[in-house]
Amino acid sequence: MAQTDLKLLGGWFSPFALRVQIALNLKGLDYELIEETLNPKSDLLLQSNPVYNKIPVLLHADKPICESAVIVEYIDETWTNAPSILPSNAYDRANARFWSTYIDDKWFTPMKSLLMAEDDEAKKALFGQMEEALERMEDAFNKASEGKPFFGGDTIGLIDIAFGSFLSWLSVIEEMNGRKVLDVAKNPALAQWAETFAADPAVKGILPETLKLLEFANALKLKWAAEAAKAK
Amino acid sequence: MGSEDEEVKLLGKWASPFSNRVDLALKIKGVPYKYSEENLANKSVELLNYNPVYKKVPVLVHNGNPVSESLVILEYIEDTWENNPLLPQDPYERALARFWSKTLDDKILPAIWNACWSDEKGREKAVEEALEALKIFQDALKDKRYFGGETIGLVDIVANFIGYWVAILQEIAGLELLTIEKFPKLYKWSQEFVNHPVIKEGLPPRDELFAFFKASASK
Repeated sequence: MAQTDLKLLGGWFSPFALRVQIALNLKGLDYELIEETLNPKSDLLLQSNPVYNKIPVLLHADKPICESAVIVEYIDETWTNAPSILPSNAYDRANARFWSTYIDDKWFTPMKSLLMAEDDEAKKALFGQMEEALERMEDAFNKASEGKPFFGGDTIGLIDIAFGSFLSWLSVIEEMNGRKVLDVAKNPALAQWAETFAADPAVKGILPETLKLLEFANALKLKWAAEAAKAK
Repeated sequence: MGSEDEEVKLLGKWASPFSNRVDLALKIKGVPYKYSEENLANKSVELLNYNPVYKKVPVLVHNGNPVSESLVILEYIEDTWENNPLLPQDPYERALARFWSKTLDDKILPAIWNACWSDEKGREKAVEEALEALKIFQDALKDKRYFGGETIGLVDIVANFIGYWVAILQEIAGLELLTIEKFPKLYKWSQEFVNHPVIKEGLPPRDELFAFFKASASK
């Protein structure tokens, strides 16, 4: 089902842009990927997302949609071919939305802070938060998947997309700190899920390489440190 | 559609705009429900069971199944009771409504809240950000009666804080944020909002809300 009126303002390093790509791939949609460097931000990005000036932005026949969660739901509602990204049952939909928001709130927040943190005590606390979130996600997975490979069941769903988009960044955090977070011993279901997710055709070609992302992360840390020093 | 056997219960906090959003949505849809006021200093066993992750209100319990987080609850209500829709049919319009709901919670409400509770030091910057946020939101209204168009929609409900709470909080803080001079269109919307027959019955009483926040401000 080829589309020529879809443009994605994204970035290879962005887990949020990755969410949109996965959704587009799941629906078999063609799109033009416009890589934003964010330094400077393109005029198109500034015009398309005046509120946040952030990626991702999906342009559908030049109409912009912003915020990854909003974009993914838009894709699911506009292209109703299988697979459905959200479940059809109202309670399951609420569950999917709840956990997707939880991921941004309780998983991404400490993850981002960990990237910036220098202090060992601070890092310890942040790892603690991530491990707690992981425990909850393991439990959520067991309940939602009902023995099937994904949170969404047989196919990738909203929670899979929200969580799976962070897997490469998780590897980077683990590398940088010499410490496993997603541990097959502690989170067996999620460890298996992560492998299945990464191997899925909708995901496989587009996950950023850990090494490349590690380089990017290190450069980002230096940039933030320089900005912080300037601000003092 | 609902049936007589359904049980709908809302665990809430009368002064909370997040909790109030759920009241408003249920009332717009004409869904009968039981309300249970939670004392957040002494959380009920029920709340802790129904929302173990956040231990917060609001929580909607439908036939024993709990739903937490106000935006998730609003979408659940919309999915379950199809009358008086809160979202438009068109996917693009729906995406815009969801974008503004999220932006209200992520950016606009925090900016206004911060300004109302800011100390001397941070006040000027906080107020500037609040005014910027209100401008962005007013621009989104364009010339519509409600954010939902001719009828109350999701964004109107999520913006209950702006429609009703802000007037009270800014008075307590001695600030002029949402005024007819600064934001004529948004101010007009706030009057339409609080005078809407269903919304009017669903909002907490002004004097009590004023007293509640005034007491918090004195601490």
